[in-house]
Amino acid sequence: MTETKICGINFKNPVIAASGTFGFGREFSQAYDLSKLGGICTKGLTFNPRQGNKGIRCCETASGMINSVGLQNPGIQSFLDNDLAFMSSLNTVIIANLSGSSIQEYVQGAELLNSSNVDMIELNISCPNVKEGGMNFGIKTQSAAQVLGQVRKAVSKPLIVKLSPNAEDIVDMAVTCEKNGADGISLVNTFKAMAIDIYKRKPIFKNITAGLSGPCIKPIALRMVYEVSKAVNIPVIGMGGISCWQDAVEFIMAGACAVQIGTMNFIKPDICLDIINGIETFMIKNNFKSISEMKSII
Amino acid sequence: MPYEYLKSNIILNCKVSEDIFEMKVEFKSNTEPGQFFMLRKNDSPTFLSRPLSVYYADKETISFLYQVKGKGTQLFSLMNPGEKIDIMGPLGNSFSTAFCGKKTAVISGGIGIAPMVYLAQELLKRDNSVDFYCGFKGMPYCTDILDKKIKVFVSSQEGVAGHHGLITEIFNPSAYENVMTCGPVPMMKIVANMCKEKNIPCQVSMEQHMACGMGACLVCTCETEHGMKRVCKDGPVFDGKELIMND
Repeated sequence: MTETKICGINFKNPVIAASGTFGFGREFSQAYDLSKLGGICTKGLTFNPRQGNKGIRCCETASGMINSVGLQNPGIQSFLDNDLAFMSSLNTVIIANLSGSSIQEYVQGAELLNSSNVDMIELNISCPNVKEGGMNFGIKTQSAAQVLGQVRKAVSKPLIVKLSPNAEDIVDMAVTCEKNGADGISLVNTFKAMAIDIYKRKPIFKNITAGLSGPCIKPIALRMVYEVSKAVNIPVIGMGGISCWQDAVEFIMAGACAVQIGTMNFIKPDICLDIINGIETFMIKNNFKSISEMKSII
Repeated sequence: MPYEYLKSNIILNCKVSEDIFEMKVEFKSNTEPGQFFMLRKNDSPTFLSRPLSVYYADKETISFLYQVKGKGTQLFSLMNPGEKIDIMGPLGNSFSTAFCGKKTAVISGGIGIAPMVYLAQELLKRDNSVDFYCGFKGMPYCTDILDKKIKVFVSSQEGVAGHHGLITEIFNPSAYENVMTCGPVPMMKIVANMCKEKNIPCQVSMEQHMACGMGACLVCTCETEHGMKRVCKDGPVFDGKELIMND
């Protein structure tokens, strides 16, 4: 009943663990059976390993948090050699989140991932925490079209593009991605934000700005998912502050065919299970026979 | 050992000193000295869980010593015995105590004393001689609960007890075969450097803001000679020689 098909890939349910909040699944596999998940997005991967940002990387806010990890990751080759076999054994859909600091690095990474056995690639043009690349490609449609066009040539697997809520116009951005070969859209990544240490009289983060996530962003993320879903004809995966099954149902009703759960994994490690069960119970009680019946009802 | 995530019963939550509290919860585990737990009050107005290191553990319970510093710890201090608290752990590595019959020094600063009490007791169980150095800003706390076989050295920056000044001023690493420390980074940096000069093994327990507590989110990293390491998963205890500590 909760199964959903996205870009030709079957998901047993519409709940996916979001990139950057779930590592490669190892740590959460101690908390519960990850085969119950619809899918897992890997930590953001780049062709070259990255050490990430120095200084404070996390700051709590009212109903959320700001992070400045800066895409720390072991590099795609290391992921393929050391982590993918474990992820593939989890019996859930594996989505590799691909980032880069230049178009060339994106393409090199895309080529490697395309020849691996990941199920899908999520092109991350929305990380606000790196100086080069990342979100720089996700603000203006022209830059997004450039990187997507090149990556598309290197990727035969399903390719979804993860959008930044900081894009100049989120709907234009989604439409541009559809025109330039995206098989699907996921949104939203974190909001560019900041915090100040008033005693030190300095920004908390070395990069000054960082990415806001958590329940505080949900209403804005939901609005963006709604608007984008109305404008494109490719599948939309919704995320942004989803903290319970009711939030997930809202995103699906707004037009998402699946949802990603991010920051709430930190608050309750098995939150995805609660959301999966909650969606199913809601569907039974309200006589929905499939996700597609519930999708875009608004 | 894998962590567990559950709602635990608070057995005790009392004031120990001015802004220092001890909370004891029901939790069955084999927790090692240096490990920590993530705690959160259900429906808490603060968002993230808080990492608290283990002050004492037996097979049935875990105790935490914590300082009220912000909103999260303030909420903890208002909880009552009988209330439930969300708790995940034990997390992180632990102090390496796989030696016996050694001269060891345990050095803490402020609330960094929390994991060191349990550590000192365990070191003693393994027939090590233990000297306990604890520095405080003002009045000392929890210095009287250690086994009588442990020699305690106290300092207070305000001069209200023991040595008037910093704990590092009365510590000489040459007298020891193993050193372990937890406290403010500037203090641990001095201890680690002193030990490095004399080539004495020094284990350092780091503290950092955390989100997941289990190694997935990478927000609690610290700098080491081998790159950025996760305090929650690769630590919190690191080899003093490898850490690059910035004040």
